[in-house]
Amino acid sequence: MEKPIKKTEPQEAGVARVLTAPMQRRLFMRYAGATAAATTLLLTTASCDDDDNNMTDPQTVDLGSGDIGVLNYAYALEQLEAAFYTEVVARSLGLFNATEQQIMQDLKGHEGIHRDFLKAALGSSAIPNLEVNFSSINFTDKNSVLSTAMTFEDLGVAAYNGAGKLLENAGFLTLAGKIVSVEARHAAVIRDLISNGTFSDSANNMGLDPAMSPTDVLQAASAFITTKVSANNLPK
Amino acid sequence: MNIFKIIQDIEKFDPEVHNRLDSRRSAFKNMGSFGKKAALSTIPVALASVFQKAYGQSTTSIVEVLNFALKLEYLERNFYTQGLAQPALIVDSAARAAIQKIQAHEAAHVELLRTTIQSLNATPIAEPTFNFGKNFPDWNLNYQTYLTLAQAFEDTGVRAYKGQAGNVMSNDTVLTAALQIHSVEARHAAHIRRMRGAKGWIEGNGDNSNVPSAAQPVYAGEGNVTQGSVNDVKTLGSGYSAAIATGAFDEPLTKEQVAAIVSLFE
Repeated sequence: MEKPIKKTEPQEAGVARVLTAPMQRRLFMRYAGATAAATTLLLTTASCDDDDNNMTDPQTVDLGSGDIGVLNYAYALEQLEAAFYTEVVARSLGLFNATEQQIMQDLKGHEGIHRDFLKAALGSSAIPNLEVNFSSINFTDKNSVLSTAMTFEDLGVAAYNGAGKLLENAGFLTLAGKIVSVEARHAAVIRDLISNGTFSDSANNMGLDPAMSPTDVLQAASAFITTKVSANNLPK
Repeated sequence: MNIFKIIQDIEKFDPEVHNRLDSRRSAFKNMGSFGKKAALSTIPVALASVFQKAYGQSTTSIVEVLNFALKLEYLERNFYTQGLAQPALIVDSAARAAIQKIQAHEAAHVELLRTTIQSLNATPIAEPTFNFGKNFPDWNLNYQTYLTLAQAFEDTGVRAYKGQAGNVMSNDTVLTAALQIHSVEARHAAHIRRMRGAKGWIEGNGDNSNVPSAAQPVYAGEGNVTQGSVNDVKTLGSGYSAAIATGAFDEPLTKEQVAAIVSLFE
């Protein structure tokens, strides 16, 4: 019972340095917020702390654990989106009017900078470049491009919404928040390009957008990612 | 089992930990002589309550955030309800449908926040009286003024929720719901902005947002290009324009900044 609490892992040092935010307060709340939780912590963490499953297929990219894993998860999705809009701008601009072309250029830029930012923040903990599979997308068909864009943007929003609670560090949470609302803006605009007025039809009757688990998100994205990605060690 | 290692670990990034735990300080000292078995059985209870006190986002503080959000949602609901009821203000059918959709979401947010606050055994604030004409006298007569304010409210809502996420992160349910509202506000904002001929995202300090100077506080700080420890995100990769670098990240507002904006309408 050497490690009674899941603390900052050595590999997180690089990421921790990118932040000036208060560290890890939530970690304690999660475990200490209730007596029952604290008791569970003290009795079981020695075994569950080391539950990383490193016996996965060597071809599989493991996102990792803790906040690093969650950020790598975001990085994986941003890689996918950035690669998509790079293709759109390279191959599909002729399908769009001037305003729409500007939108596609902006989306390419936004997703590219999200990707590059997360990569920089993760440093040596970043997962490698993922191989994408866009064979199901017809880049010469406007409907195909827009419907794929909508899928990716809505999925991105649901992914960030579901991942917020998995983060321990408030600084990371705010950074994720800065990105997710821009993804939601994208989603709204793409939806309106498909059918004006549908910008927020993703929301349920309580006015809430979806929040999805990493497993469900990666399942939905798997058709577009050739590389096998494992979320097994992400926080639950 | 090593309770003292936990405290040591906390000390690494919170040198004040012993002060925070002051009232229990002697208890922790005494534990040193108890040995591991005693610690195993007695510490969890003490630890939980001590940490709750020292680090907790108490229910009180979470309720404060929820009431703060509720005030904004009241404002938005009220603004859209009044706008829709005003003859000859929102005439175009697509525009009307969009405002109705947004109004319904804001009304749902009001109900959700009220219910959540009550479920935490607290009392939701009553709906304040708003004065939208205080600084914008033609707010319900001039469609363009009305849309400008709608955009300002939605962009403020996005920034306000973002600024509070860290303050509710001890409660997964509340945090997730807040994020789910946050992204819907962003969708509203994007649509309203485009109804006004602006891009769906905020570039620079709102340079592309087409608002009068009185509404400029809504976009204060949006031109930030420092994210985490990356001093200038424009320099990432093969380089990005300022418009892309600022459009790609929405910035939070503090409670005080939001209150200053809301006070323009009280």
